[in-house]
Amino acid sequence: MASRPNRLSSFNITALALGLAFLYLPIVILIIYSFNASRLVTVWGGWSLQWYGEFFHDQAMIDAAWMSLRVGATSATLATVLGTLAAVALARGAGFKGRTLFSGMLYAPLVMPEVITGLSLLLLFVAIDAERGFWTVVIAHTTLTMCFVSVVVQARLSALDPTLEEAAMDLGCDPARAFLSVTLPLILPSVAAGWMLAFTLSLDDLVIASFTTGPGSATLPIRIYSEVRLGVKPEINAICTLVVALIALVIVGASLASKISDARGKSASPL
Amino acid sequence: MSPRSIFTRPARLAAIAPYLWMALFFLVPFLFVLKISLSQTAIAQPPYTPVFDVAEGWDAIKAAFAALSLDNFKLLISDDLYVLSYVRSLMVAAISTAILLVVGYPIAYGMARLPPRWQSVAMMLVIVPFWTSFLIRIYAWINILQHDGLLNQVLLALHVVSSPLVWLSTDSAMYLGIVYSYLPFMILPLYATLSKLDPALLEAASDLGASPLQAFWRVTFPLSLPGVGAGALLCFIPIVGEFVIPDLLAGSDALMIGQTLWLEFFTNKDWPVASATAVVLLFLLLAPLLLYDRLQRRQLEEGR
Repeated sequence: MASRPNRLSSFNITALALGLAFLYLPIVILIIYSFNASRLVTVWGGWSLQWYGEFFHDQAMIDAAWMSLRVGATSATLATVLGTLAAVALARGAGFKGRTLFSGMLYAPLVMPEVITGLSLLLLFVAIDAERGFWTVVIAHTTLTMCFVSVVVQARLSALDPTLEEAAMDLGCDPARAFLSVTLPLILPSVAAGWMLAFTLSLDDLVIASFTTGPGSATLPIRIYSEVRLGVKPEINAICTLVVALIALVIVGASLASKISDARGKSASPL
Repeated sequence: MSPRSIFTRPARLAAIAPYLWMALFFLVPFLFVLKISLSQTAIAQPPYTPVFDVAEGWDAIKAAFAALSLDNFKLLISDDLYVLSYVRSLMVAAISTAILLVVGYPIAYGMARLPPRWQSVAMMLVIVPFWTSFLIRIYAWINILQHDGLLNQVLLALHVVSSPLVWLSTDSAMYLGIVYSYLPFMILPLYATLSKLDPALLEAASDLGASPLQAFWRVTFPLSLPGVGAGALLCFIPIVGEFVIPDLLAGSDALMIGQTLWLEFFTNKDWPVASATAVVLLFLLLAPLLLYDRLQRRQLEEGR
């Protein structure tokens, strides 16, 4: 042991195994219990799909899910465009005026407590007398998630060789053309991963959506939260499992995208 | 920094749209929070007296400045509820961050020692829960921790306890939920620094007679401090303002500041006090936020 300090020890393996079990076990249990036939959440009554059926008859829940999907897709698209532009500016723009403020504004929302972001956006919307609903939540989610997109894309851009772009320009491309035909194809996988991250973050958000939405346009987390406060219900297990399944699909998409990205160059993980 | 690319000028133009967006929807809203934290509560819609109305001319502006008041901030200082909330939030965040460090470090360390092929798999496995809904993961724990939940069933079956224990609505449940939710945020920066450590350093330490434990404390750990700092800030700052986890898992006798703010806003409809609460919270977080900003900038701009 002492002579080979870099070997993987049994302590390392145990720490990893326990850590991963801790991260995954609760979700696995949740998924298994969503197929439980018993109305009592804690007693196993055999396999059943009835709670999924219950969800598809719960109109309020379906409306909320539909709202969340629309908000997620719209805000993720806006966030991807803005976040990619921001990443290009930071990675290729060298020192421009106000750069420190710019990067500060992009990094701060990543850790800013959501109650602060949510409250401040709501006060803005009230001050300009905007009608609260779909678009206010979209704006709020775009503001939050474009920062994540910009981090993901910026990581990929700074790993990219800038001489490729210079070569394209030497060969007669104007900057816009060089970006579209050289840079963009190379960073596309991380842009796609950024979109998916933005989508799942939007789908996940409770606090900011609670502040910025209006009456009658609850998102899925808002609905789930109000049900969860009343206690555990098997129907909620089913809805949560559906959300986990959707997110799993998105993750598979993102990891395929970063596989392609890995094949084209090094680095660029989904985060 | 990459050499000055010929993209410089157009890249600067690319900044315009995101710059304006963030200024309008991230920076300007703070001014409104500040403004409303200085106004009086009113029973109206929206529930505060307007402080400013430029259309009414100079006199109105003077009157508006006269109407600015620090009452909300005085209330925050004088009422135990708020002071205790702030203290509790900072304590919970500090304790949670310490637990996260102790739990996350061995996992990140194990990951960094895996064969390279497996490292990316392990990293993916740690990232996936981060993508999965916060709310759902907390709900999963409610399932397990409730009175007749799986944990009590297992403990009863193993005869560890003779009657079911109360887990929900306790501080232990809250800490468990926080550690569970924030673990990926701690592991990833730790792993990033640990995986870049040169293995030759440890071999050198061992050749010079250090035991593995000594080598760890005197070589590995000091070199991983940037990762420790990044992970700690990435967890500490958002935990201070956490709302969902304490709301669903902790008891209701002691509130964290995120819950107090939520209560003032949604239940008491006291927007000025909620805003003042947010201003003070932001002020408390200013130093860690600036530190985090510096670390993040260094990491992203000097290459990984």
